[in-house]
Amino acid sequence: MAEPRPVLEMTGIVKEFPGVRALSGVDFRLFPGEIHALLGENGAGKSTLIKVLTGVHTLDGGSITLSGRPVRFAGPAQAQQAGISTVYQEVNLCPNLSVAENIFIGREPTRFGRIDWKRLRREAAGLVDRLGLDIDVTAPLSSYPLAVQQLVAIVRSVGTADGEGAGTKVLVLDEPTSSLDRGEVLELFALMRRLRDEGVAILFVSHFLDQIYEVCDRMTVLRNGTLVGEHMVRDLDQVGLVQLMIGKALGQLDELHEHQLHADVGEPLLEAEGVGRAGGIEPFDLEIKKGEVIGLAGLLGSGRTELARLLFGADQPDSGKVTVGGKEVAMSAPNDAIGAGVAFCSENRKTEGLIPDLTVRENIILALQAARGWTRPIPTAQRDELVAKYIAALDIRPANPEARVGQLSGGNQQKVLLARWLITRPQLLILDEPTRGIDIGAKAEIQKLVVSLSEEGMAVLYIAAELEEVLRLSHTIGVLRDRKLVARIANGPEITPTRILETIASGEHQ
Amino acid sequence: MTTTPRWRALTHHHLFWPVAVLVVLLLVNIPFTPDFFSIKMTDGHLYGSLVSIVLFGSPLILVAVGMTLVIATGGIDLSVGAVVAITGALTCAHLSEQADQNALSGVFTALAIGLAAAVVCGLWNGFLVARMGIQPIIATLIIMVAGRGVAQLITDGQIITVSSEPYKLIGGGYWLTLPFSIFVVLAVVAVTALLTRRTALGLLVESVGGNAEASRLVGIRSRRIKIMVYVFCALCAGIAGLMISSNTSAADGNNAGLWIELDAILAVVIGGTALTGGRFSIGGTVVGALVIQTLTTTIYTIGVPTQTNLVFKAAVVIVVCLMQSPKFRAKVFGAKRAAQQPPAPAAPADTAPTADAAPKLEVS
Repeated sequence: MAEPRPVLEMTGIVKEFPGVRALSGVDFRLFPGEIHALLGENGAGKSTLIKVLTGVHTLDGGSITLSGRPVRFAGPAQAQQAGISTVYQEVNLCPNLSVAENIFIGREPTRFGRIDWKRLRREAAGLVDRLGLDIDVTAPLSSYPLAVQQLVAIVRSVGTADGEGAGTKVLVLDEPTSSLDRGEVLELFALMRRLRDEGVAILFVSHFLDQIYEVCDRMTVLRNGTLVGEHMVRDLDQVGLVQLMIGKALGQLDELHEHQLHADVGEPLLEAEGVGRAGGIEPFDLEIKKGEVIGLAGLLGSGRTELARLLFGADQPDSGKVTVGGKEVAMSAPNDAIGAGVAFCSENRKTEGLIPDLTVRENIILALQAARGWTRPIPTAQRDELVAKYIAALDIRPANPEARVGQLSGGNQQKVLLARWLITRPQLLILDEPTRGIDIGAKAEIQKLVVSLSEEGMAVLYIAAELEEVLRLSHTIGVLRDRKLVARIANGPEITPTRILETIASGEHQ
Repeated sequence: MTTTPRWRALTHHHLFWPVAVLVVLLLVNIPFTPDFFSIKMTDGHLYGSLVSIVLFGSPLILVAVGMTLVIATGGIDLSVGAVVAITGALTCAHLSEQADQNALSGVFTALAIGLAAAVVCGLWNGFLVARMGIQPIIATLIIMVAGRGVAQLITDGQIITVSSEPYKLIGGGYWLTLPFSIFVVLAVVAVTALLTRRTALGLLVESVGGNAEASRLVGIRSRRIKIMVYVFCALCAGIAGLMISSNTSAADGNNAGLWIELDAILAVVIGGTALTGGRFSIGGTVVGALVIQTLTTTIYTIGVPTQTNLVFKAAVVIVVCLMQSPKFRAKVFGAKRAAQQPPAPAAPADTAPTADAAPKLEVS
C-alpha cells in the first residue's frame, strides 16, 4: 500500500548541552493523519527532540523538513506559524478569562482596531463545535476541570495558524494525560482521532503504555539520545516495546513483592506519638522499625505528604513528640531530623529538591556537606570517589559529575536526589512520590533500590499514588483519609489493592 | 566558520566577556593618550594610568567583592556606601582626638573601632534579612538612608581631617614601589577566594541563592550563611571606607562612598554573577570593578564634557550588558552564522516505511 510523503522529517538531529550529548543523529518522521507515539525512558531524548522541533532549542546538527521544505526555527512562535503547535503537560492558559478569550488570546479578531467580541465568541464556538466538544465558550476557563482546560489548550493550538484548524499540520502533545482520569482521557482521545482524521499529524508523548496501544498508529523509540527503532504499533507488543526502551529484559518486579512479604524487620527506630499539625494532619501515632518499609496509601490531599513533612521537621508539628532510637527529637527544623538520621526526598523535585544551577556532583554532596558545616569541606579525593560511586550505583546518566543537574531528565534528577541522601547514610529515608513522572525502567530501579536498602537495615517511608507500588514494597501500609491516619495494615498475601481502596473509602479496616 | 574547539572553550569561559570589554576599554585610550600603557618610576614609586586605575578602583573592588557574596545568596546590600561613610567618620573622629596621631596603638584602635561599626551594620542587615525575613532591598535601605545621618552625627556635620602618617599608608601610601591599597585589595580578594572555595562556604552560598527552600530541606543553616555574607560585605565596605578616608586624610560623612553601592552592583553583574542568586565569580567581579574604573578614567582622558559624563557612562554600560547577553549575541552574531551555513539537504524521495518494514532491532 502506498503511503503519503511524510509531513515532517527530521534527519540526523544532534543536540548537545555542556557535558551532555542529548541527541546523536536521531531520525524522525511524521505522516499526515497519524498519531505517532514518541517513546523512551527519561533521558532518552524525547523532550529534547520535541524542543528542537518546536524551536525552543537550536539544532547542533541535522536538518528538519516540513512539507518538503527545509526549515529552521528560531523560536516557538516561528514553529507555530509554520504549523507546528504544541500543548504541554501543564496548561498555560489564563483561568480568569473566558474559554473563547483563551482560544484567541494574542490573535483576537479586530474591527476598527478594537476587539470584535461577537466574532471572537462566534468563531470560538464554531471551532469547539467542529471538534465535537460540548463547552460553553463564554464561561470562565476556571469553571472547567483541568481535563477540559487541556482540551481548550488543544483547541487553541490547532486554531492558532490562521484562526482555522487548517493551518496546523503537526500537533505535539507532551504528556497531556498525566493528570486526567479515565473518562477525561477518552474524551481527549476522541478529539485526537478527530484531528487525525482531518489530516493533522499528532505527536503523542505518554508514560502510560496502555494509552499508546489504545490510540497510536506508529511509534518511534529512543534510548540514550539515539534512535532505537520505528514501528507500527500493531507490530510490536508491550513486552517487546519495554525491552526496546530499556535495552534489556524486564526485571521481575513481582519477585520483589514475594521477598518483602517474607522479610523480617528489626527493632523500633522512630516513634511518633500524637504528632499533628492544625490544617495539615490530625495527631497520629506511628512506629517505624529498622529495615521496615512503610507505605502510605490515600488519595491526593489525604495528608500523606503532610505526615512525611512533620516527621522531617519540614513543617513543625504543634502537638505530640517524635523519638528516634529512644531519643526525643525537637523537629523544629529539618536540621533536627537530619541530625537524627532522617532523610526526605520531596515530591517536588524542582522546587524543593534540586539546585538547578549547580552540577550533579555539587547536588549530590550537598546534604553531607550541610551536615558537616561550611568549615569542614569534604576532601576532594573522597568527594570525587563518593560521587563516582553513587553515579555508578544508581546509574545516573550522563555519568558526568560536571553536568548541570537542571539539564538531566526527570528520572536522573530523582536519582541525584536519592544519591544526595544515601551518601549521608540515613536511618530512615522518606520518599514522597519518588517514581512520579519518570519512566518504567527508572521506576523499577528505584523500587529495587528501596528493597535492597531495607535489607541493609534502613527504614523507608514510601509514598506513592500507585497502590500496586505501595503493596509491592511495603511491610506495613498506613492508610490516610481526610487528613487522618485511619489504619495500619500488615502487608500479606491477602492484601490487595481492592482491600486498600475499601479502607480508603470506608476509613475502616476489617 | 573557523571555530576551533579551543577558541570555543575560550569564548565560553565565564570571564571571557568581562575581560574582553576591559581590554577594549583600555585600548580605546591609546589614540588619546599614547603613553597610556607606560609605567614610570619616580621617587621609587611606580606611576602610570594602569597603576592609577587599580589605585582609584581599590575601594570599588573591595565593596564589589563583598557584594558578590550577598548577591549570590539572592540578596542585595544597598547600605555599603553608608557603611563606607560611617567607618571613615568613626575612625577619623577617634584618630583626630589622639594626642599623637602617628602613634601606632592609636591608629590600630581607630581602625578597630571603625571596622567594628561596619560589622555591627552587617549584623543588623543580616538580622533583618535572615531572622526577620525582610526583603534585602528594603532591609538594607534602612542603613543606606539612616547611615549617612549617623555619619553626619559622628562628624558633627563637619569634614574631619587627620594627619597621621601610618593611617595615610592604607589609602595613599606606597609599599614595594606600588600603592599600598593594591596589597590590601589583593589580600581581601585572596582571603575571599580561599574562604569560599577552600571551604564549603561558596557551595552553600550558591545553594541558598539557587534554591532557598531546597537548601532548607537539605539541612543548610541558611540564616547563618546569610548573616555571614552581610557581615562580610559590610566588613569589605568598612575597609573601603578606611581606604577612602585615608587617601584624603579626611572623613566626609556626606560624600564618602556616595553611590558606590550602585557601581558595586554593576561590577558584580558585569562580572557574570546573576542578580537572581546562585553561581558567583569573585574573579569576574574584580574584572567588573576594573571595567567601571577604567571607564571612569577613560571618560576623563578622552575628554568627554563633564556635563555628559553620566550619559556617556550609561551608554557604555548598556553596550557592555548587551554584549554579555547570550540572547543579544545570538540575535546579532548568530544571524550571520546561520546565513553562512549551507541549506539543509533536501529530503530523500519517498522513503516512507511500509507497515511491514523490518525493525532496526531484534525483538524477542
